[in-house]
Amino acid sequence: MKTIAPITVNVPSLLAGNKYAVDEDHAHIELSPGPSADEFRKLVMVCPAALYRLDEQNAQSFDYAGCLECGTCRVACGNTVIAKWEYPRPTMGVEYRQG
Amino acid sequence: MADFDAIVVGSGLAGAVAAHELARAGKGVLVVERGNQAGSKNVSGGRLYTHSLAAVFPGYASEAPLERRITHERIGFLAPDAGFTVDFTSDGLRAEGRDSYSVLRAPFDQWLASQAEDAGAEYICGIPVEDLLMEGSRVTGIVAGEDEITADAVLLCDGVNSLLTRKAVGYAGPTPEATAVGIKEVIKLDPQVIEDRLLVPEGEGAAWLFAGDATHGVPGGGFVYTNKESLSIGLVVPIADLLTGETPIYQLLDDFKRHQVVAPLIKGGEVIEHSGHMVPEGGWDAMPKLVGDGVLVAGDAAMMCLNLAYTVRGMDYAIAAGMHAGRAAAEALTAGDTSAAGLQGYVKALENSFVLQDLRQFRKVPHFISGTKRIFDTYPAVIRDFFEKLFIVDSNPTAPVRKAGFAAAKQAGLLNLARDMKGALSSL
Repeated sequence: MKTIAPITVNVPSLLAGNKYAVDEDHAHIELSPGPSADEFRKLVMVCPAALYRLDEQNAQSFDYAGCLECGTCRVACGNTVIAKWEYPRPTMGVEYRQG
Repeated sequence: MADFDAIVVGSGLAGAVAAHELARAGKGVLVVERGNQAGSKNVSGGRLYTHSLAAVFPGYASEAPLERRITHERIGFLAPDAGFTVDFTSDGLRAEGRDSYSVLRAPFDQWLASQAEDAGAEYICGIPVEDLLMEGSRVTGIVAGEDEITADAVLLCDGVNSLLTRKAVGYAGPTPEATAVGIKEVIKLDPQVIEDRLLVPEGEGAAWLFAGDATHGVPGGGFVYTNKESLSIGLVVPIADLLTGETPIYQLLDDFKRHQVVAPLIKGGEVIEHSGHMVPEGGWDAMPKLVGDGVLVAGDAAMMCLNLAYTVRGMDYAIAAGMHAGRAAAEALTAGDTSAAGLQGYVKALENSFVLQDLRQFRKVPHFISGTKRIFDTYPAVIRDFFEKLFIVDSNPTAPVRKAGFAAAKQAGLLNLARDMKGALSSL
């Protein structure tokens, strides 16, 4: 896998100012089981909310809470490891107050 | 008999304007918007060129919630350790109907939706359209939540991440090559501080686009727009190009915010929103079919956007396309034919307008920009080296300017420079 530059920014603290109605019972994005390192790297690179993460041991994690609903992961990996991409259910998800 | 004459999916710029035009023509129109209010799922850079808004709402300058009229245009080239900026201002940038304003989409889209509602459009908010109703190849309505709602014409104005254009008009995109990821933060600052830092007159604003180290050398760029009480700062990077680099988009933004040219602008400001949105940058060659039986596509859903590096446009195209889509759909409804043939008036109107003429004219630009990596890594360094030769004075004998210029050009490779100039001239 191609390397990823060191991450120094704390994105969750930047997302703290956003308004969300998180749908705890329903994931609107789902990954195929066991995505390859190369495909997962794409998701890490492109998600503006940093929801796809690799820890020091390169273990993968993903959390749809915090999603900005941009669809970038769908365009990057919709034919590979993004198994499901829907918009959040009615009234749920991000609510931009600036835009 | 259908439930409505027309259903508009999405109350962004194209959708709200299309609904406004349909309602004004006396048609029964329903707008289905997935945000709890119009604008609450939307993001733009953003700067709006007003000419197409003026064509629909002549009183826009006093009525619409605009931020600042842009009277300073800046283009910056960033090397990791240097920056060079061109700054242009002119009274010509202040002419009503030919001017541009920074906008924030949450308030702006709400205003636009209220114009459509006042004209008679019905609204359902907070529900995404999950699917289209079809009869053969004809779109006959929508599925939203528990409801199936039919219409003689469906207008897809559901944005760059449309999940419906594939079924409606067979669109295979958007692709990672033709789509950029946009990341943006809105940073709150005192209006006076904004004006002092950006060197703009009271109430006016600046647009500042950046190439080079804004994206650590991968094709793409950065932007800063002044709002009334905040700065919009962000990056737009084609997805396929971003993957060739090593820095994730959110780290690129943080690095951009720390660059010596950018950091003083935002110092002490509070990030009040962090957003992401795709930008359809593929141009003409990435566009879907604009009509099908019972269906029209407008705005970002139709990939109507142009990034020419010195200016980025999409919102004025969306407003014009929404206007033409609404008017053509109304005419087709009156004529009783909303087949693809009956809706051709929309395509013809766009072909006769700046929308498709611009997109066709500049169709080679996306390939040129993404294919000319030197704009983003080599040239900013060349510019730095040239100006360092000019401005750094020490005890060595001073080289003539022509010599410094020639040395800089040689550093990039004269052949490369000639080739890239030719590419720029033939596409731009």
